[in-house]
Amino acid sequence: MEHLKEDKKTKLSEFPDAFEQARIEKGYGEIDDQNDPVTMLLRLKDVRKTAHNWKTFISGAEPGRIVVPSEVHIRDIRQIPFEVDPPEHKSYRDLVEPWFKRPLEEGYQKVLKTIIDELIDEVLTKDQFEVVGDFSLKLQSRALTTLLNVPYKESETWIDWGVHVFRSEDTDLDGGKANILFDYLDEKIEEASKNPGDDLYSLLLSAVVDGKKMTKEEVKGVMILTFAGGRDTVINAVTNSIAYFAEHPNSLKRIAQEPEITGRAVEELVRYFAPLTHMGRVVTEDTQVCEHAIKNDSRVSLCWASANRDSAVFENPNEVVLDRKVNPHVSFGFSTHNCLGATHARQILKILLTSLAEKVSDIEIKDAKENIEEWGEFNRKVGFKNITVSFN
Amino acid sequence: MAKITFITKDQESIVVEGTAGSVMELAVQNNVKGIDGDCGGVCSCATCHVQVDPASADKLGEASEIEQDMLELDDDANEYSRLCCQLQVTEALDGVVLNVVK
Repeated sequence: MEHLKEDKKTKLSEFPDAFEQARIEKGYGEIDDQNDPVTMLLRLKDVRKTAHNWKTFISGAEPGRIVVPSEVHIRDIRQIPFEVDPPEHKSYRDLVEPWFKRPLEEGYQKVLKTIIDELIDEVLTKDQFEVVGDFSLKLQSRALTTLLNVPYKESETWIDWGVHVFRSEDTDLDGGKANILFDYLDEKIEEASKNPGDDLYSLLLSAVVDGKKMTKEEVKGVMILTFAGGRDTVINAVTNSIAYFAEHPNSLKRIAQEPEITGRAVEELVRYFAPLTHMGRVVTEDTQVCEHAIKNDSRVSLCWASANRDSAVFENPNEVVLDRKVNPHVSFGFSTHNCLGATHARQILKILLTSLAEKVSDIEIKDAKENIEEWGEFNRKVGFKNITVSFN
Repeated sequence: MAKITFITKDQESIVVEGTAGSVMELAVQNNVKGIDGDCGGVCSCATCHVQVDPASADKLGEASEIEQDMLELDDDANEYSRLCCQLQVTEALDGVVLNVVK
């Protein structure tokens, strides 16, 4: 009985590679998505090359179309700089990049450390807690106040929205939930426009890009990206890391003893979990990838999750090698549109690992429900719908 | 001990000394502008891109295939490009001059 229990436990922090066979045999997979099919590219080199080729594989298509599942039916607003191609992309990216690099500053890291330490202390007093809702969502929301430089109490509103900004429990795309975010942003943009401060809204509202003042619609486009892009992803990364340490207590001890490996551990966990499975592009000409014909105006996706397990590049791709030294993963994307929030996300995880190693000796999983995404023939575990644990 | 010179994009010259670790870490410790080293040195983020001064290029070995693959898709890369997280600080690097790309 004990043995069976152990077996079951081992599986919870395992994230199987759903794409291995297709990646080796064909290099791609085909899925339908609301009658706008997508060819998923599965090999690291193809993913990188395609991500780099922004002329043939564009992001500046109809807003929402490069997202899979497509969001064309739930929003008209363009996310910026995410759904803009070069050369305009660069002007927007150069504007926001310094702001999104603030997590490299010591003062910023101290604020994050306080947020994370307080949260760990809070859950340490409980017998058990549900990680997704009572830890990861709170952590993500509170840390986002630092990224936007807005009052901490705003996080209470975001926590009340629940785990998904665009999705609800039953359906993948929930226009109602999207409206909550859009209405909230309209309100905040109006407020900042009347009373400018030192927050991200104000910075954007006063910005001039290519000689033109940014419109409120454009400001909203940047803010939607910031809210939506960093929500499920950070929540999955945090939750999955806790599941991993629950089943690998020695890894947590090792981080306490060898803090110099923390950065590598973060990269490796992010590689292994790939919190965002893939991101799409729209094709502007008949072309081919890995000898497979791709039609003009169809969609491809860059499957980060598959690329990260490509054995042509990674040794033991399905193992978490905590101090992996060379780790060219693509969990934060690649090239022009690589993740704007990556610096913030990396700091959150680095501080989380450090604080867990300092404060928590043992994590026990009490109950868990996995979150399995269905992409055509592929069933990919991306995280947990809920997972109850105790910290000791 | 190796003396390494970084020349930033705004033509500031920064001379630093190091004995161990990677060149990227040395640059970050000395606040060299344009070297972020976001991924901590695992060859994933390409935020530590330098071009080696041709006169000191023979002090460095070859880039690994993984590093070359990263650089191949960087529009600012040339034949002297390296990701300096992949360069270890050793005596051999003494006197090297690195131009920061970003």
